[in-house]
Amino acid sequence: MCKHYHPISTDTPAVFNAAFTRRRFLGGMAMISAAATVPSFVGSTTAAFADTNWYTSSKPGTPEDRVLVVIQLSGGNDGLNTVVPFGNANYYRARPGIGIPEKDVLTLEGADGIGLNPALRPLQELIQQGQAAVINGVGYPNPNRSHFKSMDIWHSAQTDEKDQRGRGWVGKAMDAAYPLDQHGNAPEAAAMACVSIGNESLMAVQGAHIKPVTFQQPDLFRWIGRDVHPMISEGYEHIQQTSVDVAPADPLAFVQRTSLDAQLASDRVIKAVAGQTDTRFPNNPLAKQLETVSKMIRAGLPTRVYYVTLGGFDTHAQQTFRQPQLLTQFADAMQAFYKELKATGHDGRVVSVAFSEFGRRLRQNASNGTDHGVAGPSFVFGPAIKPGVHGTYPSLEKLDQGDLIHTTDFRSVYADLLDNWMAIDSEKVLDKRYEHIGLLPPRVTA
Amino acid sequence: MSITSSLEPISAGDFGPAQARHLLIRAGFGAKPLELRGWQAMELDQAVKSLVEYNDIPTPGLEPADLDPDVIRTPTLQERLDLQMARRESDQKVLDQAQRDRVAAQFEDRRMHAQLQRWWLDRMARTPRPTEEQLTLLWHGHFATRHRDVRDAYLMEKQNAMLREHANGSFADLALGIIHDPAMIKFLNNDQNRKLKPNENLARELMELFTLGEGHYTEDDIKQGARALTGYHVDDNDYLFNPNQHDNADKTILGFNGPINGDSFVKILLKQPACSQFIALKLYRHFVADVSDSWDLLDSTTQQVVEALARQLRENDYQIAPVLTTLLKSKHFYDPGIVGQKIKSPVQVTVGTIRQTGAPMRDERGLVEALNLMGQDLFEPPSVAGWEGGRSWINTSTLFLRQNTSTYLITGKAPGKQFNKSDIAFDPMALLEGLDDRGAESATNYLCDALLGRHVSAARREPLIRFMKERSNGVTGDSLVALLLLITAMPEYQLC
Repeated sequence: MCKHYHPISTDTPAVFNAAFTRRRFLGGMAMISAAATVPSFVGSTTAAFADTNWYTSSKPGTPEDRVLVVIQLSGGNDGLNTVVPFGNANYYRARPGIGIPEKDVLTLEGADGIGLNPALRPLQELIQQGQAAVINGVGYPNPNRSHFKSMDIWHSAQTDEKDQRGRGWVGKAMDAAYPLDQHGNAPEAAAMACVSIGNESLMAVQGAHIKPVTFQQPDLFRWIGRDVHPMISEGYEHIQQTSVDVAPADPLAFVQRTSLDAQLASDRVIKAVAGQTDTRFPNNPLAKQLETVSKMIRAGLPTRVYYVTLGGFDTHAQQTFRQPQLLTQFADAMQAFYKELKATGHDGRVVSVAFSEFGRRLRQNASNGTDHGVAGPSFVFGPAIKPGVHGTYPSLEKLDQGDLIHTTDFRSVYADLLDNWMAIDSEKVLDKRYEHIGLLPPRVTA
Repeated sequence: MSITSSLEPISAGDFGPAQARHLLIRAGFGAKPLELRGWQAMELDQAVKSLVEYNDIPTPGLEPADLDPDVIRTPTLQERLDLQMARRESDQKVLDQAQRDRVAAQFEDRRMHAQLQRWWLDRMARTPRPTEEQLTLLWHGHFATRHRDVRDAYLMEKQNAMLREHANGSFADLALGIIHDPAMIKFLNNDQNRKLKPNENLARELMELFTLGEGHYTEDDIKQGARALTGYHVDDNDYLFNPNQHDNADKTILGFNGPINGDSFVKILLKQPACSQFIALKLYRHFVADVSDSWDLLDSTTQQVVEALARQLRENDYQIAPVLTTLLKSKHFYDPGIVGQKIKSPVQVTVGTIRQTGAPMRDERGLVEALNLMGQDLFEPPSVAGWEGGRSWINTSTLFLRQNTSTYLITGKAPGKQFNKSDIAFDPMALLEGLDDRGAESATNYLCDALLGRHVSAARREPLIRFMKERSNGVTGDSLVALLLLITAMPEYQLC
């Protein structure tokens, strides 16, 4: 690992002491049996606070070390101006005001007649370096053009009417990876199995028993009462350290336990993000989130899935202005992210996938924008994946009411990532088998 | 140690400060210390009556949300013809304009949805009828309908009004109301339930989630029930019975046979003993304890209590008020094994902090966002099954959010925002009104009694008392703000 990396731990005694007193406190709780109340990853704090890199698996290289980053591009990214079918005259006929001239399109090796939006040069470079791939025509049958409904479908990975009880594919994957023990407790690493950054609770990351750690900014993942006055902070520590004399099954013991878990998770996250990165991240909302993620990965948090979001893709008007800005943010952020991961030696552990809830209609509208459509490209990143172009570009001749017909079911992307990257049986998550796309070598390392 | 199953009322003399607090925090959202004294002085019968039979209490200053009914509307015949013509002639200008209008309407609808969320939060914080809001929230989670599927905020407002109208009335009216409710009909696709092509969605959830619970009907009952509900459609903003799409033929549902329609289907469901038990358990889980929603997993005490409540429902035409009255007066309800053992919902944390401390409402947009993050997005339950409740509310993320929401309400300190002392704009000294001894210990205990409950032990209060004793200026507005922050950060504050 990188030698010049110094997370701020050992010289900040407050963090260390807090952890120490918590352990001492737990040791001193006579009324409660230790096994039932020790917060989920208290047992691992020794290693964590000893400032060593610390993985959930004892053997680096086994699937438990592997991280998946999901990048949600909200609003319905116009796939046709992202991966541009410049070789097809129908494209220019349907988009007289916003079609991207062939001379501006960035070439994709091995793909005839399609290329990238000029704003995606960093993505082109990543593909050339073998670290990224395009998946064409991703969608699902009987598409829904409502942002919310289509996002729900991507989140739940279900297209039928069956109610999903608010659970999503990542949450279900974490449920499958961290089953409850006979006492109904989740294993220690599960407390931070999934970290979701943003200001809303997303269905994708909700499991039946595994819930994500969610925060808008890492420094908000803590009790803010401290900020009001320093004296309050001290009082708070005293309260947290006063034992609760109740049976382990009591709801108060449950809340107390979760509170200790939260303190520990908060300390670890805040400590992790206080470190520096080797790479300068661009100043855009996605890059800021990925910078945070890269710090958490570097600090060895036991997190297996990170979920981040970039919004604003709903380009009904004047999209030649807005969409390239967003694509630039996206591509710049991904390039910085993998540069940083490579510099810190973690790139091989991290696969990322970027999707949008739908693409847009082939025909532009009168405001030089595009309206809600269906299939669009997804992207995957990381040296572990097979780079280049996957899947068939949808036909511009055979349309369904003016919309592209998807060529790749999005659940094939999920299945590939779950089975071959996360080593989590995709059937448990998706309720059936989907063909793999070939993004990753079939799981032999697992 | 075991909890009594007795639904006999506690004696009038046993209705002390602890009981008054328990009643208010469960049937409403709690109250400030001096108000609690008033409730206690009212005595048990009158206190419960005024909470549960609220219909005559005036609500000045509480206006309806009054959303525009026509933002999302059915196109007129002329508009449809124009659009058809434009499609035929590929008149792109007209088609694009229509698309722009649709996008604009949906944008406005989302704005109204956000307005409706704030409206309800504000109403819960201010109403003199807190139990009305608790019951309406219970029915919203029971007949869970999501705006993102309905995509018409006005219909969500209309449904909320229907649930509120019958909230303490008869469950029979609620069940009948819901199959005529435009938002629910749209949500569960009953507007596509036609004679020759039945859609089973509403029929299934009506039995599984709204009346009987799993295991009390067959797949065939669902098929036949769906036929009974054919033609229960919507015309713009109103329920519409479409006789041409209704299947008039005989059906057999749960042993009943005849030309059953949607209304008689509901009446058959209400006759099932499973229905009264299902609803009694729903009430019990909302007001009494975080027990399982599966009958077989309940302990025998809970089963006895729920069955007794179910019997009362059956014998009173499913009237909610009498059953709730029995419950809220009962020895069971005030048992120490029940008090302080229930996990507050995010709404209870938010509205409760406002009503128990007198903190100002602050920015409702921020609070609505916080409710979403805490897992209780109003008018957007996670699914048709509603909110799971209980321990599912609490995890490492939501716990901080809950504490930080209280902090925000008490101090105006928003997460991630700079804080100035002038943001507080709230004087907690008013909470001590009626307290003679305003020493550190007395004041701390006074607020602990009200905000955490008298059952919270001296050992747990000790750090708080110590904290207040160490304040050089004694009990002041500043030190009380600090004390309130510490109290609301205690695990006990997450329970009620």
